[in-house]
Amino acid sequence: MSGWHPSTMRSVALLAYAGVFACLKIWVFTGSSLIDTCIFMAVLASIFFATTDNVAPWASRTVLAAILLFVLPVVGLANTFYLDVTTQVAIYAVLALGLNIVVGLAGLLDLGFIAFFALGAYLWAILGSTQASMFLPGSFPLPAEAFFLVLPIGVGVAALAGILLGLPVLRLRGDYLAIVTLGFGEMVRILANNLDKPVNITNGPQGIAGIAQPLNGLAIALATDAVPEYKWQALIYYFFVLCLIGCAILVNRRLDASRIGRAWVAIREDEIAAQAMGIPLVATKLIAFATGAAMAGGVGVLFAAKQTYVSPESFDFNQSIAVLAMIVLGGLGSIRGAVLGAAAVTLLNLQVLKVLSAWLNTMRADGVEFLGFSFANLPAQFEPSKYERLIFGIILIIMMLYRPQGLVPAKRKNIGIDVDSSTGKPGNQA
Amino acid sequence: MLTDMLLLLPTTLIDGLVLGLIYASIALGYTMVYGVLGLINFAHSEVFMVGAIVAIEVLIYGLAGTGLHPLIQLVVAIAVGGLAAGFLAVAIERVAYRPLRVRNAPRLVPLITTIGVSLFLQDSVRFVESLFGQFIRPFPSFPFFNRQIVLSETVFISNRTLAIIVLAVTLLAGLYYMVHRTRLGKAMRAVALDQKTSQLMGINVNKVIATTFFIGGVAGGVAGVLYALQFGRMDPFSGFIPGIKAFTAAVLGGIGSVEGAVLGGVLLGILEVVLGTYIPMWTNNAIGTEYKDIIAFSILILILIFRPNGLVGRAYAEKV
Repeated sequence: MSGWHPSTMRSVALLAYAGVFACLKIWVFTGSSLIDTCIFMAVLASIFFATTDNVAPWASRTVLAAILLFVLPVVGLANTFYLDVTTQVAIYAVLALGLNIVVGLAGLLDLGFIAFFALGAYLWAILGSTQASMFLPGSFPLPAEAFFLVLPIGVGVAALAGILLGLPVLRLRGDYLAIVTLGFGEMVRILANNLDKPVNITNGPQGIAGIAQPLNGLAIALATDAVPEYKWQALIYYFFVLCLIGCAILVNRRLDASRIGRAWVAIREDEIAAQAMGIPLVATKLIAFATGAAMAGGVGVLFAAKQTYVSPESFDFNQSIAVLAMIVLGGLGSIRGAVLGAAAVTLLNLQVLKVLSAWLNTMRADGVEFLGFSFANLPAQFEPSKYERLIFGIILIIMMLYRPQGLVPAKRKNIGIDVDSSTGKPGNQA
Repeated sequence: MLTDMLLLLPTTLIDGLVLGLIYASIALGYTMVYGVLGLINFAHSEVFMVGAIVAIEVLIYGLAGTGLHPLIQLVVAIAVGGLAAGFLAVAIERVAYRPLRVRNAPRLVPLITTIGVSLFLQDSVRFVESLFGQFIRPFPSFPFFNRQIVLSETVFISNRTLAIIVLAVTLLAGLYYMVHRTRLGKAMRAVALDQKTSQLMGINVNKVIATTFFIGGVAGGVAGVLYALQFGRMDPFSGFIPGIKAFTAAVLGGIGSVEGAVLGGVLLGILEVVLGTYIPMWTNNAIGTEYKDIIAFSILILILIFRPNGLVGRAYAEKV
């Protein structure tokens, strides 16, 4: 053993870790209690470990393929809860990767990012349900397979919206962008909330239900007694979103390593110096803004199909902040960080806070006493699941004050010139 | 319909003026901090909210039953709420922003921190208020403030409106005097122009910045009390939208200037109320009052396109 290369040792350890937890998850901890969820998170963590630099490529590929293509589908078909959680995490991860380009790489603070997501979601929600027949001629809903046509359209529409919004604002100093995007996010939400009259476009606060699901025919064909249709449908969405997140990571990586990516980082670090080096400021910023928006729009289309229901509530300011908190937590400009942050914040929101709320509620109902404090006296309005702003606020403040580079700092490649990249801090060399 | 609209005009303008003066008072906090630090202080809207909530608590728990004249009660509540807001603003600056300034962090970092502080305060206040019942706090009602002064057959003005206008104008005049006529104001303007040089001239920059936060916070807190008095309630999340609009007002007038904030605030308030009243009338409620926020944000975007330095602002050259 001692003669092995350290990287081989780590690879073997990774394989063992992933294998053990995958087996535990598949055969032992199949339910959805707290301990089952923890084991599930341990399985997800193996994806994270597999993408570190210091394991051999063969081990990392084996683990990724096994977990993503085999373990998660198997676990998910047995208990769709996990498939839903994973898909949700992945949807937010794509959003985080989109925002990562805008905020992380180009340093443009976008506080209304969820608006582009809403554009994509409402596009498919309107076309893929009977809603469109309220104001458009023709027969709706569109056939479910039109989804594959609407997906690129959604990407285009969001990118266009990004360009139209960015064009006037990106000429100005960066701070204005924050407040304008915030206003834009609110505008889109208000429009979604109120465009049920004079013409019913968005169905107002009730939202749009009954949205067509793509490839539903396949799910029906595959359905058996043991594995009913809805499980196959969940699996189809899982693979869909896997493709999307793959694309998002690829786009992030290629752009990051390209001339444009370096121009973004240069602008982020020092706008004036970048301009002096001949970088066209507005065009370069616009590309970042539009690319991020496009990714959000695309995943929005998928979100509408997966939920089969959209309402303005899913696109409020909290959601924009949630995505920002994800990349700030993971590390601005860092791809692994964005995905990790998305997983952490989504799981916190979906799982931890809800479990905590339920637990406090039972304590309150049972009137448990702890150190002289009776839980029956706990105010009825106190529900941890409603305090997401507190959590986001704490994440943002603590990270910015004590670890601005995030949990998984972005690495810049050092080419020839001696730059202080040892700290890996984004932009602290200003 | 035209006569209806004409009859409504005076009341609408007065309501717009009231809202505008409140926006102007909030906008001062944004504009002063932006002038000195170049930072959009997103937490300012929560300072505004805290001022209002503290004042409401003072009125409910401290002054109810004392039998003092409503105006005196209001002034005491404003003083306490304003001071609380001022100290909160200073505390925020000390805990969250100064460490970043000392470290010379990139621009994005303090900006994200201010958003974090804003969200943190919203839910913290909600938590504290929830411990004592409903977190939505109605402003205690005083019959005195509802009394109307009849100006003509169709134009009334309530004591409430009058009180808000007088108090807000006093506040704004006081701040204008302070910024333009006192040593402290001169120090603030110097720090806004060039921090390093003002330090060399013997100005205690940290102290001036803290004072700026304090004064902006007091103005925001007072504005919060007036806002709660006008709209009859305040809750932990109600500071946010007026905050954004006040920032819009500051940009509209020209960020960094006190006169600009007042001009922008009054203009935005009147535009919002007038358009918010008349557009639903013109369109038979097809476009309802819900769109008044959209009006404000559209104004912001238009101003940034056509006159990014605001109505009275000067263009600043970026310092290298």
